[in-house]
Amino acid sequence: MPGLTSPKIRRTAGARLAVVAATAVLPLALASCTDNANANASGTTDGPIQVTSTAAECKVSATEAPSGNLTFAVKNDGTEVTEFYVLAEDGLRIVAEVENIGPGITRNLVLTAPAGKYITACKPGMKGDGIRADFTVKDSGKQATVDADLQKLVDTGVTQYTAYVKDQTEQLVAGTKEFAAAYAAGDAAKAKSLYAATRMHWERIEPVAESFGDLDPKLDAREADLEPGQKWTGWHRAEKDLFPPAGYKALTAAERSAIAKQLVADTEELSTRTRTVELSADKLGNGAKELLDEVARGKVTGEEEIWSHTDLWDFQANVDGARIAFENLKPALQQKDAALATDLDAKFSALQAELKKHAKGDGFAYYNELSKDEVQQLSALVDSLGEPLSKLTAAVVL
Amino acid sequence: MSGCPFGGDQQTPAGTHSDASAAPAETSDGANRRLSRRGLLGLAGVGGAGAVAGIAAGLLGHDALAAAAAPPAANDSVIPFFGDRQAGITTAAQDRLHMAAFDVTTENRTALIELLKDWTAAAEAMTAGRTTGSTGAVDGPYDAPPEDTGEALDLEAGRLTITFGFGASLFEKDGKARFGLDGKRPDALIDLPHFPGDALEPARTGGDIVVQACADDPQVAVHAIRNLARIGFGKARVRWSQLGFGRTSSTSRAQTTARNLFGFKDGTNNLKAEDTALLDEHVWAGAGSRAGEAWMEGGSYLVSRRIRMHIEIWDRTSLREQEGLIGRTKGEGAPLSGGKEFTAPDFSIKGNDGEPLIAMDAHVRLAHADQNDGVRMLRRGYNYTDGSDGLGHLDAGLFFIAFVKDPRTHYVPMQMTMAKEDVLALEYLKHTGSGLFAVPPGVKQGGFIGEGLFT
Ligand SMILES: [Cu+2]
Repeated sequence: MPGLTSPKIRRTAGARLAVVAATAVLPLALASCTDNANANASGTTDGPIQVTSTAAECKVSATEAPSGNLTFAVKNDGTEVTEFYVLAEDGLRIVAEVENIGPGITRNLVLTAPAGKYITACKPGMKGDGIRADFTVKDSGKQATVDADLQKLVDTGVTQYTAYVKDQTEQLVAGTKEFAAAYAAGDAAKAKSLYAATRMHWERIEPVAESFGDLDPKLDAREADLEPGQKWTGWHRAEKDLFPPAGYKALTAAERSAIAKQLVADTEELSTRTRTVELSADKLGNGAKELLDEVARGKVTGEEEIWSHTDLWDFQANVDGARIAFENLKPALQQKDAALATDLDAKFSALQAELKKHAKGDGFAYYNELSKDEVQQLSALVDSLGEPLSKLTAAVVL
Repeated sequence: MSGCPFGGDQQTPAGTHSDASAAPAETSDGANRRLSRRGLLGLAGVGGAGAVAGIAAGLLGHDALAAAAAPPAANDSVIPFFGDRQAGITTAAQDRLHMAAFDVTTENRTALIELLKDWTAAAEAMTAGRTTGSTGAVDGPYDAPPEDTGEALDLEAGRLTITFGFGASLFEKDGKARFGLDGKRPDALIDLPHFPGDALEPARTGGDIVVQACADDPQVAVHAIRNLARIGFGKARVRWSQLGFGRTSSTSRAQTTARNLFGFKDGTNNLKAEDTALLDEHVWAGAGSRAGEAWMEGGSYLVSRRIRMHIEIWDRTSLREQEGLIGRTKGEGAPLSGGKEFTAPDFSIKGNDGEPLIAMDAHVRLAHADQNDGVRMLRRGYNYTDGSDGLGHLDAGLFFIAFVKDPRTHYVPMQMTMAKEDVLALEYLKHTGSGLFAVPPGVKQGGFIGEGLFT
């Protein structure tokens, strides 16, 4: 567990993701880059279109702009929380929005708008239809293209990833039962052989699994993550017992049995809960990024599997999970930013090729067998992939 | 961000301040009467070799010659060493840090006292902008190594402050009292508990005596530690040391809020020198409940934590997530609930999803005094970069320093909360070093640091 989570945390972290999801309207091609909205209607100044939202007014510094990237700098000059919308001509469909702007705060809304008629709206107090005005985007020759099927592509990707999570959870439950049985029975050799491979199912879906803030520490806490007095259960508790450091006192049969039983129960609970998790494009994108962060933070440094040294299994599984999320989003990404899709493809392949060099039988070399150069090489490829991967969410969702 | 284990948030009503008399005790006028390093050189040049002996003789604690040599130009770069409290706590945070923790290698009480006396004299000289020793860097015998290492010659005093503190291991080791200090270890000088996620390295943790040197010039700060280490050879050995640049807090209302390596303002709501009543309540230690700890009255407790920041991962995080984790805007530093930098955060105000604008696990909320029984601390941390980790990542972060009245109430509970619940800490930070030290009150002319311990 790189995320060293505890109950409250991930729940609220999950809540934050949910907020992102609510914001993630998926209409026109909103920009992932800021080409700044030079030229507003008055034609005199470059820079963002200024929007000032008060209780009674929604002042927009321009009424028209050329097509392409637009930036609205939305300043809340009122005393209540406000929102700002760009609506389609029908006044119903939301093209882009920025919400939850506290009093006194300015937040930018960046979008790529094709020529057409629009409606802007401030919503002080976040209630009602908002204070509306017409807004025109004129053809600048830099026409943003729109694909009406984009939403469908995204939806398909999310559905596929949901199925992937379900499949991995089922395999995790089955594998955990087998591992737990061997471990409880004192069959250390068998338990050791199952340890890393079974954990891969967990590591592939880690961001989803971690969204349950109470289960994550029970299943995946490392010894260093414990707080004084906290009971230590889960995979790494068994790991230390199976791959004992010098001077370690082995658990008794009864203790092993209890750990095994708890591991299975918590995993089954996890499986049940994942059934009702609602995923969305931003969760896939952020999840892929988080998986690579996990690799960079804990696996590349060999801190995750400190006794078993099976970090490369986890490493591979994190990369698997990130790659599946990316590939599920790829059809949509290709429409929005084909170059990014190509770049990510190449960098996933390069990292995978390097990982493959360390494959041994069904698994991998132990992490402490890698040379310093080899670790550096892996780390460099993780960073090289992590950087463009961090752009995935904005590219697809905005 | 702003007053916790990692620059958290502590409420201060903005606006009401400027109790000028409360500014760091800069009472002594002795500083200006002393020779600056520059003045000394000039004089030596004029007087020639023949005058050297006289200067050398005159320098040791006597001001007459110095007063004649160096006009008492108002020297903003000198922070007086002597005073009721040690400088370097409420002193407006300088830009640079060199901190070192020492292990005392002698077990002889007299030797320890000698060391503290020698350090006191050297610290007083260096903070006043003078060289150490009676002959300094260039005025000693030609066949002897110079007493002062010399790299601060020609530099101003640089607002150098040198602050000393004592670790628990000075008082007892392996269950045995040292230096006859039985019963003198203050109850507040606890052994810190293990905080979840701690990855403390022994070579960056603990120590018998800590010395914090802060200055506007890094060379001045390094010079100070280097000379103290040299004086200590045979009696004390450097256990760990840390360079810091870029103060991450403001400790005076005259200062602007600095930024940490995450790019966020830090120290917005830090306790400040002007908050005298709050300092009494939260920073300055009392006489304790036993006679043996009365020597700490007027002192404080220094917590140091070396906090590695996963800055490469942070840099790949969306602005929405960054601001959400902190609970403030990155540009202005305003709380997400609205207003400007110094507006008090409103933790109840909600967005259209019914969730608070400042998330339940946002750093400013968890670190806020309101969430921590009203406790506050005075933070004095620095950014650091110690090269890279061999994997292409900067070994960089925040060297957290805080002064508190009692770590049991003013540090441990908050750090435990942050270590468990702060997503920022969980995902982007790693604590690699730690120290807790009892910082005695200041030294009067003729006294030495920690004198109260030995009486
Ligand atoms: Cu903080």
